[in-house]
Amino acid sequence: MYSNWETVIGLEIHAQLSTNSKLFSGSSIAYGAEPNTQANEVDLALPGTLPVLNKEVMNLATRLGIALNATINKRSVFERKNYFYPDLPKGYQTSQLELPIVEHGELFINVNGEEKRVGVTRAHLEEDAGKSIHGAAEGCTGIDLNRAGTPLLEIVSEPELSSAAEAVAYMKKLHSLVQYIGICDGNMQEGSFRCDANVSVRSKGQEELGTRAEIKNINSFRFVEKAINFEIERQIDLIEDGGEVVQETRLYDADKNETRSMRSKEEANDYRYFPCPDLLPVVIDDAFIEAVRGDMPELPDAKKARFVGDFGLSDEDAAQLTNSRPMADYFEAVVADGIDPKMAANWCNGELAAWLNKEEKDVTESPVSAEMLAGMCKRIADNTISNKIAKEVFEGMWNGEGDADAVIEVKGLKQITDTGAIEAMIDEIIASNAGQVEQYRAGKEKVFGFFVGQVMKATQGKANPAQVNQILKQKLTG
Amino acid sequence: MSLDSGAVKNIAHLARIDVSEADLETYTKDLSNILDMVDQMNAVDVTGVEPLSNALDATQRLRADVVTETNKREALQANAPATEDGCFLVPRVIE
Repeated sequence: MYSNWETVIGLEIHAQLSTNSKLFSGSSIAYGAEPNTQANEVDLALPGTLPVLNKEVMNLATRLGIALNATINKRSVFERKNYFYPDLPKGYQTSQLELPIVEHGELFINVNGEEKRVGVTRAHLEEDAGKSIHGAAEGCTGIDLNRAGTPLLEIVSEPELSSAAEAVAYMKKLHSLVQYIGICDGNMQEGSFRCDANVSVRSKGQEELGTRAEIKNINSFRFVEKAINFEIERQIDLIEDGGEVVQETRLYDADKNETRSMRSKEEANDYRYFPCPDLLPVVIDDAFIEAVRGDMPELPDAKKARFVGDFGLSDEDAAQLTNSRPMADYFEAVVADGIDPKMAANWCNGELAAWLNKEEKDVTESPVSAEMLAGMCKRIADNTISNKIAKEVFEGMWNGEGDADAVIEVKGLKQITDTGAIEAMIDEIIASNAGQVEQYRAGKEKVFGFFVGQVMKATQGKANPAQVNQILKQKLTG
Repeated sequence: MSLDSGAVKNIAHLARIDVSEADLETYTKDLSNILDMVDQMNAVDVTGVEPLSNALDATQRLRADVVTETNKREALQANAPATEDGCFLVPRVIE
């Protein structure tokens, strides 16, 4: 139905930088403090105060520039973006316009197995605003300025994303990247990573871009996808019905799954930027950039390539493991303990991921440590337990019943590998199931599964499957 | 004149400055004169000259990322017209 249209999306992502103090003052940026207990004279814009730039933000912004293979401007300038709102005490937001710290970067995303390069126009430093609390007192709005002045990096993509799925892939990739390089905690609930989406549509083949609408502050991957898809349909329907898209800011309402107009941008867009006279140009040198480069951790794409190359993992396994740095570290710790990488990957991406997902835990909170998982894998490798029984052992470890050896001991899960014992059991089963033996010997090979099942039942799954298969085959063929 | 009175009204509104009708003409003329002077300066060839973003020939000093401030809410809210539960109160803002 919408096949005559194409979508153009650009994302503006605000990443809160992981510093101790604010962009221009020594106030704490710790989350969740009592209102206005972390807002000092500079944050409140009292007369006579002057901003002094936090050195750490230059380090963190440079890290992002390196990770995005971008140009890092050695000279950047802060400007004032002027507008009035109660949660903005200065009457302007200190931001960067003409000379941002980072420009011309790129990020590679993967959608439906295809890699796509997405240009990153720029990333600039700016301050966050305070928080308005509606319904505080009758006819009033409460203002909490703890967040005012918190350092943000606004990362702006080129309008090169062509579907909601691509937008989500881009956002997830960037979300993982900022955490990898330790510049942002990525906590979306607390607003550390927020997304505005610029969405427009145009008929296929049309050169110029359609009029865009900006959807503000979408705070989850799921909502980004839904909000963009809603907006695409809205714009196409509007144009097909003879209407026109107006340039405006829209708000996504998750409860109703719709976007609605917030304010027309025509006037509000006139921010009358000018260089901030309170701040001098910020200059960094090559030595600074090289020092930051020397400090960079391995990036996700490089790590993934290494996992495939060095460990022989599949692309999918490597991608899943390197999605988050803690998971990649966990996997490497298991492998470092002498475990076969494929076995380690299977357990990390399988049972461990499933349990983490089920209990909504991060891998750093896993009750099963990398050391414990490695211990269990060793017991699989030396035939003490089978893969199947190992799941039971894993569950035991997850529930705090000790390490693999303890769980195996207490629950009596040790695999039976004594050939004599297995043979005796099989003899017994063959003797008491003459009918099935007949069938098997008459060529009904499916019955073999029945015998395996009987042996496993008799041993509570503890017989070594390979041995069972071998002995059964021998005896049945008789 | 490079500005008309409508543009001046708009600029005044954005800056939340109340300009009376009586003063409008004067402001329009004065602001236009300033812009005309800027136009005159724009005619100068500045090829190879770095843009100036601050009159001082210096660069920004940086401070270490250390929390140096303590809670001074009580003192800082002493002059606020209205507060409640630690928040500054302002007339209701409708989104």
